[in-house]
Amino acid sequence: MQTKSAARNIFFGGTIFFFVVFVGLVAHSYSYIVNTSTPPLKDSVVRGKLVWEENACINCHTLLGEGAYYAPELGNVWKRYLANNDNDPKAAREAIITWIKSMPTGVEGRRQMPHFDLTDQQLNDLVDFFEWTSKINTQNWPPNLAG
Amino acid sequence: MLKYQSQKIALAYFAVAMALFVIQVTMGLVIGYIYLSPNTLAEVLPFNILRMLHTNSLIVWLITGFFGIAYFIIPDEAEREIASPQLAWLQLIILVVGTLGAVLTYVFNIAHGNWLLGMQGREFLEQPLWVKVGIVVAALIFLYNVTMTYLKGRKTAVANVLLLGLWGLALFFLFAFYNPSNLALDKMFWWWVVHLWVEGVWELIMAGVLAYLMLKLTGVDREMVEKWIYGLAALSLFTGILGTGHHYYWIGTPAYWQWIGSVFSAMEVIPFFAMVLFVFTMVWKGQREHPNQAALLWALGCAVLAFFGAGIWGFLHTLSPVNYWTHGTQVTMSHGHLAFFGAYVSLNLAFITYAMPYLTNRQPYNQVLNMISFWVMAGGITFMTFALTFAGAVQTHLQRVRGENFMDVQDELYLFFVMREIAGIILVIGVALYLYSIFVPRKEEIIAPAAKQPAE
Ligand code: HEC
Ligand code: HEM
Ligand code: HEM
Ligand SMILES: [Fe+2]
Repeated sequence: MQTKSAARNIFFGGTIFFFVVFVGLVAHSYSYIVNTSTPPLKDSVVRGKLVWEENACINCHTLLGEGAYYAPELGNVWKRYLANNDNDPKAAREAIITWIKSMPTGVEGRRQMPHFDLTDQQLNDLVDFFEWTSKINTQNWPPNLAG
Repeated sequence: MLKYQSQKIALAYFAVAMALFVIQVTMGLVIGYIYLSPNTLAEVLPFNILRMLHTNSLIVWLITGFFGIAYFIIPDEAEREIASPQLAWLQLIILVVGTLGAVLTYVFNIAHGNWLLGMQGREFLEQPLWVKVGIVVAALIFLYNVTMTYLKGRKTAVANVLLLGLWGLALFFLFAFYNPSNLALDKMFWWWVVHLWVEGVWELIMAGVLAYLMLKLTGVDREMVEKWIYGLAALSLFTGILGTGHHYYWIGTPAYWQWIGSVFSAMEVIPFFAMVLFVFTMVWKGQREHPNQAALLWALGCAVLAFFGAGIWGFLHTLSPVNYWTHGTQVTMSHGHLAFFGAYVSLNLAFITYAMPYLTNRQPYNQVLNMISFWVMAGGITFMTFALTFAGAVQTHLQRVRGENFMDVQDELYLFFVMREIAGIILVIGVALYLYSIFVPRKEEIIAPAAKQPAE
């Protein structure tokens, strides 16, 4: 009986201890994220994230390595398109929008991305969201442009 | 045979859970097939919607199973009837309505973009807001019901740990309502639901349920079980809470998480290993043999497969220098499948195997078939895990090390995805055998029931 209540007390005490440490570190990380590792939020980025969520893009794509593994990583899609468009942001933006608009490819035997009915504003918001995401300090992940 | 009539409510929960289990694995087969033949359904029901059905039905059936298990265990431990069986029914109805609502919303894209009625696209938390609220209401009813039962009755260590796990489950779900606009913050708190569930409070549920099953199936002294249970719970949370850091490597969180996450999540293997030691020690020390040997097989299998899926396959990619390369590849998939199956699917199936003879008032018939179904399912999921692990290794090399384009790399993995589908078919055959063995009665027992008395 003695050992049992001792074990119980260690369990509760230890759990509270570790949880408090965890909350402290997360609180610190919170301010680090807001102040250091992510660019300031623009309204268009906030809207873009909403478009991303309403269409459940995450259940085909990964975003910073989390999500589904069926389609390309999009956390760095902005950088990929910049690199393919001579670092011209205007061209990169156009290219991403054109890509989304021209889906599905309908190519036999190739994975398909559905057609989404998005307004020009929504498409631009999405690109702003991708651009913002690509600027998060992710400790240099992913290892390369392929994502 | 039931000591308390209100335990019977568990049967309804298990029936709903098993129906969703069938939907879950069927959807798994469908999306696995789309990997092989990508034009399938592409214009009708795209991959993302079907994947949501696969993962959401998994989560919902596991939780429904937990609720049913608690409604079975708590009266027995507290030595009294459930506070309110009516509330338990109401809770189940809310869950079923919410589930149907979510399915219809996904499939028909109802109320697209509506903040209350439309789907919300964060992985695993896609349920429309009204369904999330329903889940919270159901959880509150549940917690009230079992906690009242517990408070008025005998308080055992098994019930303590089980209830703590269930309270934690409900509490951490509340973070599903918090979705910051800053993606990095969003991700940081998303893991408070996902990680702190499966590698935190759900482990308490697992420890509690396994402890109960050991008490009943091996006849060890309660004293002995209770010595272990707080140890198991402590090991789980002491490692699992800071172990959350293994998801904070590359999402915009500070670099110190690479140390904290690596060290503590590496130690998360310990509680899973301790659970293996626990079940085998109990079987070894136990004096009585319970006639339901299939339940014992599932319980032992649960601890072992969880150790491999969560422990070994988790450790495989949990150190930050490894995770840098494997993050978000098929390696993650292989781990996700074996861990979920080993720990929480098997836990539910073990308990249902144990409880069905009591709930339907018959001997544990069909044991042989049930045990065969264990080996078929375990074989299927193991095969799937290996296929995906190799796929992940190849993907990591080609895409992450060599920098080849994602879509090209996926083409190279085709053979592994074929193997995954075959493994899935084997697994689903196992599921069918299992359901037959628990739902369809037999006239006579194949294994003669052990002559000794059942424990308690
Ligand atoms: C049903 C699965 C699916 C869904 C849902 C989906 N995508 Fe895709 N996406 C794909 C596939 C597959 C590709 C690659 C197609 C190819 O290369 O032919 C792709 C490619 C892309 C690309 C180009 C990536 C690159 O590196 O060239 C972008 C950008 C993109 N998707 C954005 C989105 C957005 C935004 C959404 C949500 C509105 C979304 N996707 C939803 C499957 C999906
Ligand atoms: C009880 C058994 C199963 C469990 C516990 C399970 C669990 C899961 C989980 C947790 C995910 C999400 C993974 C993640 O986000 O990392 C997932 C995705 C998936 N599962 Fe299953 N699953 C099971 C059976 C199956 C079966 C039978 C198949 C069929 C071959 C299958 C195929 C898939 C596929 C294709 C995905 C999506 C992969 C992607 O995102 O690209 N699953 N499953
Ligand atoms: C039963 C317990 C466990 C379950 C059910 C489970 C399930 C999962 C799932 C489904 C994912 C994918 C999440 C996503 O969609 O991104 C995941 C990721 C991960 N898990 Fe587990 N897990 C468990 C235990 C563990 C343990 C004990 C460890 C470490 C030893 C671990 C290490 C990891 C890591 C490092 C990732 C991130 C993978 C990546 O970077 O892509 N898991 N887990
Ligand atoms: Fe985790």
